[in-house]
Amino acid sequence: MRATVTIDVETCKGCALCVPVCPPAVLVMSEPVNGKGYRYPILLEGCTGCELCAKVCPDFCFEVYREPPGPRAHA
Amino acid sequence: MNQPLAPSPDMRKVFDKPELLLRTEHSLCPGCGEPIALRIMLELIQELGLRERTICVAGIGCYTAFPMIMDLDVLQALHGRAPSVATGAKRVRPDAFVFTMQGDGDMVSEGLQEVIHSAARGEQFTAVVLNNGVFGETGGHATATTVIGQHTKTTPGGRSRELHGNPIQISELIAQLDGTAYVARAAVHTPAAIKLTRQYLLDAFRCQLEGKGFSFVEILTMCPTDWFVPPDQGPGWLEEKFKQIYPLGVIKG
Amino acid sequence: MSRRVLMEGSCAMAEAAIQAGCRFYAGYPITPSTEILEYMAVRMPQVGGVCMNAESEIEAIGMVWGAAGCGVRAMIASTGQGISLMQESFAELANAQIPIVAVNMCRGQGDYFQATRGGGHGDYRFVVLAPSSAQEAVDLCQQAFHLADKWRNPVLIMGDFLLAHTSELVEFHTTEEAPLPPKTWATTGARGRRGITLSPLGPSEKLSTDLAKALGQVTEKHPAIRAAEVRVDCGQVDDAELVVVAFGFPGRFVKYAVKLAREQGLRVGYVRPISLWPFPSQAIADAAGRAKAIAVFELNAGQMIEDVQLAVLGRVPVQAIGGISQDHSGFGVGPALTVENILARIRDVYPRAAA
Repeated sequence: MRATVTIDVETCKGCALCVPVCPPAVLVMSEPVNGKGYRYPILLEGCTGCELCAKVCPDFCFEVYREPPGPRAHA
Repeated sequence: MNQPLAPSPDMRKVFDKPELLLRTEHSLCPGCGEPIALRIMLELIQELGLRERTICVAGIGCYTAFPMIMDLDVLQALHGRAPSVATGAKRVRPDAFVFTMQGDGDMVSEGLQEVIHSAARGEQFTAVVLNNGVFGETGGHATATTVIGQHTKTTPGGRSRELHGNPIQISELIAQLDGTAYVARAAVHTPAAIKLTRQYLLDAFRCQLEGKGFSFVEILTMCPTDWFVPPDQGPGWLEEKFKQIYPLGVIKG
Repeated sequence: MSRRVLMEGSCAMAEAAIQAGCRFYAGYPITPSTEILEYMAVRMPQVGGVCMNAESEIEAIGMVWGAAGCGVRAMIASTGQGISLMQESFAELANAQIPIVAVNMCRGQGDYFQATRGGGHGDYRFVVLAPSSAQEAVDLCQQAFHLADKWRNPVLIMGDFLLAHTSELVEFHTTEEAPLPPKTWATTGARGRRGITLSPLGPSEKLSTDLAKALGQVTEKHPAIRAAEVRVDCGQVDDAELVVVAFGFPGRFVKYAVKLAREQGLRVGYVRPISLWPFPSQAIADAAGRAKAIAVFELNAGQMIEDVQLAVLGRVPVQAIGGISQDHSGFGVGPALTVENILARIRDVYPRAAA
């Protein structure tokens, strides 16, 4: 895994703007709801750390993490 | 928090909430575009090292909830009156970085005279208008930028030219005045538009820092609540119905 | 070292403001306040200040708001109609606790209600001072900036057509006032501290929404201001059968009419409120305690008379001997403001049993 995001699901208001902008489509809205009654995004495998979800989120729910570029061990 | 895909120790955090944002919780609606514009403004002010010089003059609208979560000095003005307050502030503190944060109802309805005269005089502050074509804070009423056919509580059935008149393209109007050095219109409904917003705000801020005259950025923002669409359809409505009347781009400068 | 100079009232007030450290002025041309704007247009740049001829009174007060909010002493002048336009900002400036000095150069009418009750919304009060000579206007104007900063509350000076356009000898004193605390509430850029909000809508601390507390701080000041800032000029009240109450330039005419009345054997005294808010109720109550009647001379249909009646609380009759200005242009004070007329009215209402 080269990148990931953390999601503050309790702050999320379920707008789902993040879902369609994700290029590898690894965000899906949950079935359960958070404490405010909103569905929130769940991250699947395959995040590239492109930051688009974070940039479109009106509620500052995302933090984005990436491995720094450089030589990697290949399987 | 989302545990199964937690960051590994090798990873660096590359995106975080803005340093100048004191709290992520706010009272604006799901899918509102205004906080996206706020994020970009706060990031730019931090990057340009302007925090200790900035005086933000806020108008009255949904975004009036922002000053209390911004780690900047904010002079709260009355509805439509931010440009005159910004004029006084910048004239007595010319070294300060002064920008207004207003909505379309605030700037183009109530305060149209103020912004036109500030632009004509070439006041050295940056005016920023968050345009969603409605008075959001009062619950969804028509402003001077509500588009033809748009349904609001004061244009039931859709704005009609005969009954309600025509919308005002504020950026084009401001660009006509000699005191204006930079005018641009951006949006926050797509990642590409968000990039434009960042670029145009940066150029407008630089215009002020270089003392070139009045700078102006209009940012189209989603308001799914008062556009009567689900939050995830806000960007689509903006693209199809709003941006047609308010094209993006640099209009002057 | 001070020396006396002959100056028109408006210009004298403007110069007084400059000498009190006022460095921002915004206004809109409107008779009879316009000379202040004209004077400031020339004088402000000389002292490194700013004078703006705004596009309307509403923008003018907005500009003053911006300057004062950044910690600079700022002033505006207009007449009643222009003051009416500014009322929303007046009310909210008081709520935001931003100090400004405003001047109402009244036309024919003494707009007492507008000044003291506030034409704006809410429970705010301006400190209101009414000079009756150019010298007093100079002194009160300089005090006004200190009072505004001291209380973090706007101050209004009530002038009129006569004050504006009469030239008198004035002297500009350097005033010795108690030192004031630094303006840590002003928005100047968040240097070495968290940002602050300066707002009529809520507290200055970030992340707080306690509006009730913020507004409470505005009205909580009122009792202290009432106790500390009453100004009044009384004369010959100790043995007066009739006491005449008047403010501003009319008060000066009343003083002279009272002098003439005394020469004619009538026991008349006067109370001239200099602070209209806080109103010198005690001085009037004391005078009512000894006199048989009170007369109120003002150039309107009866405004200050209500505060006089409140102070007197029915102990003695209170009568109006003024009236709306009869000047046909609407600008001037009209024929009622002469010593002869006032003396005649005094004789009309002088208590018969004592005559």
